[in-house]
Amino acid sequence: MATGTRANGRGAGPEQDTPTIAVIDLWKSFAGREVLRGVNLEVARGESFVIVGGSGVGKSVLLKHLIGLIAPDRGHIIIDGEDLTQSDPVRCLALRRKFGMSFQEGALFDSMNVFENIAFPLRRHTAMTEGEIAARVRECLGLVHLDGVELKATNELSGGMRRRVGFARAIALQPEILLFDEPNTGLDPITAGVVNSVIVEMREHLGVTMVTITHDMKSAFRIADRIAMLRSGRIVASASPEAFRSLSDPYIQKFLAGEPLEEDVA
Amino acid sequence: MSAEPEAVSRAGAFLERVGTNGIHLFEEVGRFFYILHTTIYWAFRRPFDGREWVRQMVRVGVDSIPVVGLTAMFTGMVMALQTYRGFERFHAEGYVASVVALSLTRELAPVLAALMIAGRVGSSLAAELGTMRVTEQIDALYAMAVEPVQYLVVPRVGATTLMLPPLVAFANGLGIFGGYSIAVGLLGANPVNYWDKTFQYLDLNDVFSGLIKAAVFGLILSVTGCSKGFFTTGGAEGVGRATTSAVVMASLVILVSDFFLTKILF
Ligand SMILES: Nc1ncnc2c1ncn2[C@@H]1O[C@H](COP(=O)(O)OP(=O)(O)O)[C@@H](O)[C@H]1O
Ligand SMILES: [Mg+2]
Repeated sequence: MATGTRANGRGAGPEQDTPTIAVIDLWKSFAGREVLRGVNLEVARGESFVIVGGSGVGKSVLLKHLIGLIAPDRGHIIIDGEDLTQSDPVRCLALRRKFGMSFQEGALFDSMNVFENIAFPLRRHTAMTEGEIAARVRECLGLVHLDGVELKATNELSGGMRRRVGFARAIALQPEILLFDEPNTGLDPITAGVVNSVIVEMREHLGVTMVTITHDMKSAFRIADRIAMLRSGRIVASASPEAFRSLSDPYIQKFLAGEPLEEDVA
Repeated sequence: MSAEPEAVSRAGAFLERVGTNGIHLFEEVGRFFYILHTTIYWAFRRPFDGREWVRQMVRVGVDSIPVVGLTAMFTGMVMALQTYRGFERFHAEGYVASVVALSLTRELAPVLAALMIAGRVGSSLAAELGTMRVTEQIDALYAMAVEPVQYLVVPRVGATTLMLPPLVAFANGLGIFGGYSIAVGLLGANPVNYWDKTFQYLDLNDVFSGLIKAAVFGLILSVTGCSKGFFTTGGAEGVGRATTSAVVMASLVILVSDFFLTKILF
């Protein structure tokens, strides 16, 4: 495919340095309203990349583009040198195997209990025996510090537990890239802290590339190697946590201080 | 001076309404064929989910037996009653059996069964998929590299299409039995004669045409239900809307396509 050259054309350097994820000039509008207006970003292998921004700026929309859940109006999404936007449906499915994604409210299958939820991708994509599946489910639940909830129905779980079961399901197939959509939103501070440390720990254990979306700066500083800000449909800043903190842009300073923002929703 | 712009703007508003409704109809039709097309595309690709097919066939087929049976039986009974009253006037009571059998197998059993199942199954498909859509469970399937149309829609549409013909065959039997019991039991028709006349003019073709109709109706109502559910927006309220309009749409399309099927095919 002609995809590698496109990434190189943007100065990504030799093949080994190809970013795991490259987004090139991504545009998307819904019903005539432009949500993304030329997003460019690159995420290196093994990096923890955090995207922050006010609510409704299109963070979830951007994340869903990475995994092919939403098709862009214009632009390219390149995963390990392969262009998601140019692939046929079967190839897209294969590319998605590299991802694990955790959704804002967990998105657990409510027709299944916790065990079945985590076992689902394993049953679907591997030839593991029931014994191996049970072991893997327990392992994944261990990584997110949940024990003895296997047989619970999903509606018996608290918000924090739902998120963590969602994490466990996302890592079941040992993905190379993990995507988190607002892992903390709607949780009380203590539970949010627990979820943060689970993410940090998962990262240490699994060594995967992570893209996390949040509007919680505390969580961003805790888990990020690099923080980017999405505003008015573009990435307006991208820096290491230390550098990000000292950016002089008044909007970012306001955002960091948690002060009200005027016009982030168009 | 003032009246003219108002008239113009009223005409404009009217045209806009017509235009918007036209676009909605266009979208609706587009979605229907999108789901139909992707269902066929994924139906013949692995993995084949036999257990899910069986589960859906039980849900559509077995669980619909009571409602379809009752509908058919009372339709047969009322047909016998009405035609008897009518035919009596020109001393053609002997042909009640033939009319009941023909109209049931060719027309009434397939259409009424399909309408009942549109209410029962079409709505529940829309509600089920709609809930999965608004709670991001469908996105989660995508993210797990499971094609939602293949996993959710293919077995549901397949099961409904396959189960409608046997249900209609069963409805034919019960309807004819209902007619027989009224004519013989209540109106004093000769049982042997009634039985003879039932089959005298009934071709195998009549039965087949009804069963083919049934399969087409099954396809229509399940694709409608699934596409309504699949493209649900707007939370719980949206699910309610999708459910209602799935039933209305499916019923309308069944009645319209019934005319054309009858006209063109048989
Ligand atoms: N599937 C969709 N159809 C139409 N509009 C959408 C869709 N998804 C998102 N949007 C709109 O895009 C905007 C950005 O949404 P989102 O990415 O969810 O924001 P957030 O940054 O809070 O995650 C919102 O205004 C939302 O209404
Ligand atoms: Mg969001």
